[in-house]
Amino acid sequence: MDLTTLTALELGAAIRRGEVLPEEAVQAGLDTIAAQGQNSFITLTGAQALEGARQIRSQPAESPLFGVPMAWKDNLCTCGVKTSCASRILGDYTPPYSAALVERLEQAGALSLGKLNMDEFAMGSTGETSYYGPVANPWDASRTAGGSSGGAAAAVAAGEVWYAVGTDTGGSIRQPAAYCGVTGMKPTYGAVSRYGLIAYASSLDQAGPIARSAADCAAVLDVIAVQDRRDSTSLAVKGGFLAGLTGDVRGVRIGLPVQCFGEGLDPQIHAAVLHAAEVLRARGARVEKCSLPLLAYGVPAYYILACAEASSNLSRFDGVAYGWRAEGCTSLDGLYTQTRTQGFGQEVQRRILLGTFVLSAGYYDAYYKKALQVRERMRQAYAAAFQTYDLLLTPVTASAAPRLGESLSDPLQMYLSDFYTVPVNLAGLPGLSMPCGFDNAGLPIGAQLTGPALGDLAVLNAAHAFQLETGYHRQRPGRGGAV
Amino acid sequence: MIWETVIGLETHVELSTRTKIFCACSTRFGGAPNTQCCPVCAGLPGALPVLNEGVLTYAVKAALVLGCAITRRSRFDRKNYFYPDLPRAYQISQLYCPIARDGEVTFSLPAGGHRTIRIHELHMEDDAGKLIHNPETGRTSIDYNRCGVPLIEIVTEPDFRTGEEVTAYLETLKERLQYLGVSDCRMQEGSLRCDVNLSVRPQGSTALGTRTEMKNLSSFRAILRAIAFESQRQIALIEGGGQVVQETRRWDEDQNASLPMRTKENAQDYRYFPDPDLPPIVLSDGWLARLWAEMPELAEAKRDRYRAQFGLSEADCKTLTSQRALAELFEQTAALGTPPKQAANWLLGPVLAQCSAHGLEAKDMRITPQMLARLIALVQTGGLNRSTAIEVLAALFTTGGDVDAYVSEHGLNQVCDADLVGEAVERVFAANPKSITDYWAGKEKALGFLVGQTMRALHDRASPQAVQAAVRKKLRQN
Amino acid sequence: MKITEELVSRTARLARLDLPEGEAGPITAELERILQYMDQLAELDTTGAAWSGGALTNVLRPDEAAPSLDRAALLAGAPEADGTCFLAPRAVE
Repeated sequence: MDLTTLTALELGAAIRRGEVLPEEAVQAGLDTIAAQGQNSFITLTGAQALEGARQIRSQPAESPLFGVPMAWKDNLCTCGVKTSCASRILGDYTPPYSAALVERLEQAGALSLGKLNMDEFAMGSTGETSYYGPVANPWDASRTAGGSSGGAAAAVAAGEVWYAVGTDTGGSIRQPAAYCGVTGMKPTYGAVSRYGLIAYASSLDQAGPIARSAADCAAVLDVIAVQDRRDSTSLAVKGGFLAGLTGDVRGVRIGLPVQCFGEGLDPQIHAAVLHAAEVLRARGARVEKCSLPLLAYGVPAYYILACAEASSNLSRFDGVAYGWRAEGCTSLDGLYTQTRTQGFGQEVQRRILLGTFVLSAGYYDAYYKKALQVRERMRQAYAAAFQTYDLLLTPVTASAAPRLGESLSDPLQMYLSDFYTVPVNLAGLPGLSMPCGFDNAGLPIGAQLTGPALGDLAVLNAAHAFQLETGYHRQRPGRGGAV
Repeated sequence: MIWETVIGLETHVELSTRTKIFCACSTRFGGAPNTQCCPVCAGLPGALPVLNEGVLTYAVKAALVLGCAITRRSRFDRKNYFYPDLPRAYQISQLYCPIARDGEVTFSLPAGGHRTIRIHELHMEDDAGKLIHNPETGRTSIDYNRCGVPLIEIVTEPDFRTGEEVTAYLETLKERLQYLGVSDCRMQEGSLRCDVNLSVRPQGSTALGTRTEMKNLSSFRAILRAIAFESQRQIALIEGGGQVVQETRRWDEDQNASLPMRTKENAQDYRYFPDPDLPPIVLSDGWLARLWAEMPELAEAKRDRYRAQFGLSEADCKTLTSQRALAELFEQTAALGTPPKQAANWLLGPVLAQCSAHGLEAKDMRITPQMLARLIALVQTGGLNRSTAIEVLAALFTTGGDVDAYVSEHGLNQVCDADLVGEAVERVFAANPKSITDYWAGKEKALGFLVGQTMRALHDRASPQAVQAAVRKKLRQN
Repeated sequence: MKITEELVSRTARLARLDLPEGEAGPITAELERILQYMDQLAELDTTGAAWSGGALTNVLRPDEAAPSLDRAALLAGAPEADGTCFLAPRAVE
């Protein structure tokens, strides 16, 4: 049996039935990683995973994910395991504590194979800003895996792990999931504790699963979407996601915002997303066009707010208490400036500059405060839309995965590519990206489902309904190229 | 030209909660470096703050006793700057919506009369760590223990005109906050710190002059001297045709002078913005009403009441209310039926004497209202003479214990047996015939001598009144 | 928004970043282009809109102590430490 073609829940079931030993699954994952060379990992913890697999053999398998190999994006703190945010500035930093969600999944029997590559500090849309080099797309090695959770999406798509936990500040789970043909979910802001998630933009960051099906995502959420007293923004969540997947979408009202199907959208993606709408309609959903004009202001508002928060969040990386320190600095100020200038990559420095600027005296009102007001308007516009609709269906990206090296030269163009995903973060809503087709080049296409705040189950259930009808999410890239 | 000094104060007060403002680390003073830190207060990546309920309660209580209006919806903001004592590189403070604003404090001046100053605002924030420079190695050692210790900053309007007003205000502030139990306000341990904003202007002018800010004022004496120095410096500067530069200055105790701090080439820009990690604080009427109900009576109110209710002197009232524990001991002892004046005399005399002998504050001694009431009652009813009672107080001062048990265990009960007293008098009279002659010759002093000798014969364990009566009786018999 | 190289340098200084030699010009142009794109927000009338920071309020923890980190673990990641304290170049006047 080729274990790597199974979903996480299928593998978990096989482990519980005793047909597969956790260490066999770990070994299968490690073998796949060794065979790929797509650079999806920054740190491998294969030995620990094998040891863990032997240790948990005696424990009761309570979670459906018990013993299933997985991996963490490298901005989630793992006690005793290097956590780098794909940045030079963190050096070989090894946190003395684990993120809340890491603790929860480990208790549920998760076996981590390591830490996944990403854009530096989650700033980037292609995975190419990593200090540890770009991640290749498993469907076409000349293309990016997307970002910032590029390593996570690529690892799941290539069969290296059965699921991964990524983070999404402006699309960083959904967009690479779309580029890599896997299912990725950004839960409602506050559903998953941020304690131990190294912040990019605190009011937008949210961790979530990347997996091979909506059901796998639901199973992961069942473990990690729990209120945590260490995160003041953590919400009480009802839970029961996996159990709630009925696949029944009869009478569910789905809106298609016309602003998301206009100019600039690849016609093949346009068609694939409309096809997804038809599949859901065929299962009883009521699908119609709607209008959300404010979506056009998502990108500027997002980049102002995210960069402002980042400029503050990343100030702590100064070479004093942990991480990398520039050599030969005799003055304190020189130490700060040299460590930060040499330790941060270009894109991170650009966003810190932008964020510092929009918060500085004389510009705060025109940029930061204005963007906060737009954000409130965005929240209200979504709330109004969800009076009429249960879910919104849109593309995730305007085009399929770009070629490596072609995006970084024009940062503004890169920011604009986040059009479909950032408004969801601004409003704090649950958003899911599911595979819904392939373009002529054989590259995966994603569709995004968005729900109201705490409507995570409705989003997962609609994706589950779609996946009951279709097989896009089960398609795997051929070794070394497209199918 | 007659000049007027205009002073505003920014006072940082460390709150005496058990734990830090945003994490569960201890706030204890004086721990070994970097042993009271966690991912949150050490600013490790990924860690998040959660507000300590005690800090909120203490800050609001402090604001209430300073007559402030409580902000019903307040929140925290980040103040961004780089310094090694600030591991997150931002302080969590309150700029846009501080917890309280617009207060007023009236206090009496040592020279007599009262003064009222306005409070601009009161806000919560976290303290920074400690830096120690080692001149031998050229390196700075960083201790994060103090990072995250809760502070309130109390900002006044520029309403002070003299250093004496400033210290009188600080005395009142200290007394009120100590009464509330929200801070120990120990300047020497840095739990009360003061920055002085000072400018001068011609008397009669209403415009404010250019001000300087003075830091590093670690005692009332330093504050008085710094204000005197800085106002003279500014006046001399202006009279000499110069201009005051708006700057931060450091008070140097040894040089007895304020010196400019090294200026940065760029003006600071703290880029305050609302902290996205901390949701707003919304205070309801019910919550505030509950807090009001918990508020203790303050020293000033107690003083007025003691004067009116118990007829105590101004000076006694002041001393009795100088520590909340002392005032509470007084009130509770009186409530047990002890005459208030007696209770006051005991507290102001022997009890405070014991406190200073042990170097303790009233809250640290082990004398309960029950113990004190019993001691006073024993003296009153003749069961114990006063000096023995003081010995008992001293013996039980730091340990506590049952007064009656101690007295009987040590055989201190007063000699009340008239026969025993009579026998002693007999012996003393027999040994001192000259004193008896002296007495009858009109030397009143002889009576005192005979009483004293009899007391000594009874090992001071008899009631002086009873002894005197017995001696008089015997004299009349002679 | 038109911005100057001087403004960008001041911003970089606030962020403790050094602009590479000869890069101030191109970086200024790039930031200006991004800020000009952001300026479109000014078109929107946002009168009366104030971001509340989410639905949560009064998230508090009781004033109860928990163990702190072991000092060795805290100092383990430090580029420079002496077993009790972090060390840095002179910071105190």
